[in-house]
Amino acid sequence: MKNTLLNKVSTVCMTAALAVSSIVLPSVASAADAVIDAEPQVASMRGTAPLNAELTPNPMEKVENNDLKRQRDYPQQPPTIPHDISKYQLDKNFNKCMDCHSRKLADEAQAPAVSVTHYMNRDGEFLGEMSPRRYFCTQCHVHQLESKPMVENEFVDVDELIKQSNQRAKK
Amino acid sequence: MNKIINLLKLGWAILSKPAVHLSLGFLTISGFIAGVIFWGGFNTAMELTNTEEFCTSCHEMRDNPFMELQTTIHYSNRSGVRAICSDCHVPHNWTDKIARKMQASKEVWGKIFGTIDTREKFENHRLQLAQNEWTRLKANDSLECRNCHQFDSMDFTRQSKRAAAQHSSALAKGEKTCIDCHKGIAHKLPNMEGVREGTSPH
Repeated sequence: MKNTLLNKVSTVCMTAALAVSSIVLPSVASAADAVIDAEPQVASMRGTAPLNAELTPNPMEKVENNDLKRQRDYPQQPPTIPHDISKYQLDKNFNKCMDCHSRKLADEAQAPAVSVTHYMNRDGEFLGEMSPRRYFCTQCHVHQLESKPMVENEFVDVDELIKQSNQRAKK
Repeated sequence: MNKIINLLKLGWAILSKPAVHLSLGFLTISGFIAGVIFWGGFNTAMELTNTEEFCTSCHEMRDNPFMELQTTIHYSNRSGVRAICSDCHVPHNWTDKIARKMQASKEVWGKIFGTIDTREKFENHRLQLAQNEWTRLKANDSLECRNCHQFDSMDFTRQSKRAAAQHSSALAKGEKTCIDCHKGIAHKLPNMEGVREGTSPH
């Protein structure tokens, strides 16, 4: 009985000590803020918050999920993914993407099958199975968010470049 | 042998004689009460084996499938409704539940002899374990999924285009059942080599 009472007293003391320290500690941390990266030079996705400050993240953006194929911005661009892939398993055991996009299953799902380049090794020789170097789809193919671009995009399409150079040549 | 026969005869003699001191009313009522207690006790004990605490009291389940479940939508989602182990792995209907519980007694054997008591052993058995569940759900038309996911209450207009197309055709016609497409939604999939062509590295 006495033992448990003692335990209780010590627990109360510990809690009190923790509470006090948690009030005191933040003021110490904010003093450190002033030293580290006080005037950030580069605005990043974190905004201009100092390096050692923790921000409240923005709400998650919605993934574009309308299944409409998008134009490629340049001929070699890996096509972007027009649907949500957030819960897809993509590891050494299983590739969810290939559940619809593999050569054998594309007809069942009516999905575009991955191109022949995915069945080639780096010497351009054809393999029976998908090349291991092409296995992790999201290394090249990405989904898109329904959000405003963070910076202005000054990309010029190759067709536009050709047109411009032709016009310049005529002059 | 003779002794046993004699003992049985004695037992039968006691059972077959009418009660001398106890009234019929007492016997009927106490029998009824004892029945309620035993039946209730039996079902309560069985329900105890349906709780998440019971399932995750073994490290095999706590460290493997339960950890994986926690990252999925059946554990954590925007509205806070969640499924526990038994919601998907045990039928709700009583007779089906008893049948499943009897099958599950094999898992006690596995526990005693440590069939999957390390991560490596679990990974090695994973395809077999998963296939057992897929076969079961395929055979009972994804009964456990349908305890919560009612086909009649699905609003196709609220689904993505691809989901609506599949649900309104293959699922509606009964050609496919939930588990045909939704494998690996609550736990990670094992190496699917040879199960579904072209979905795993070789």
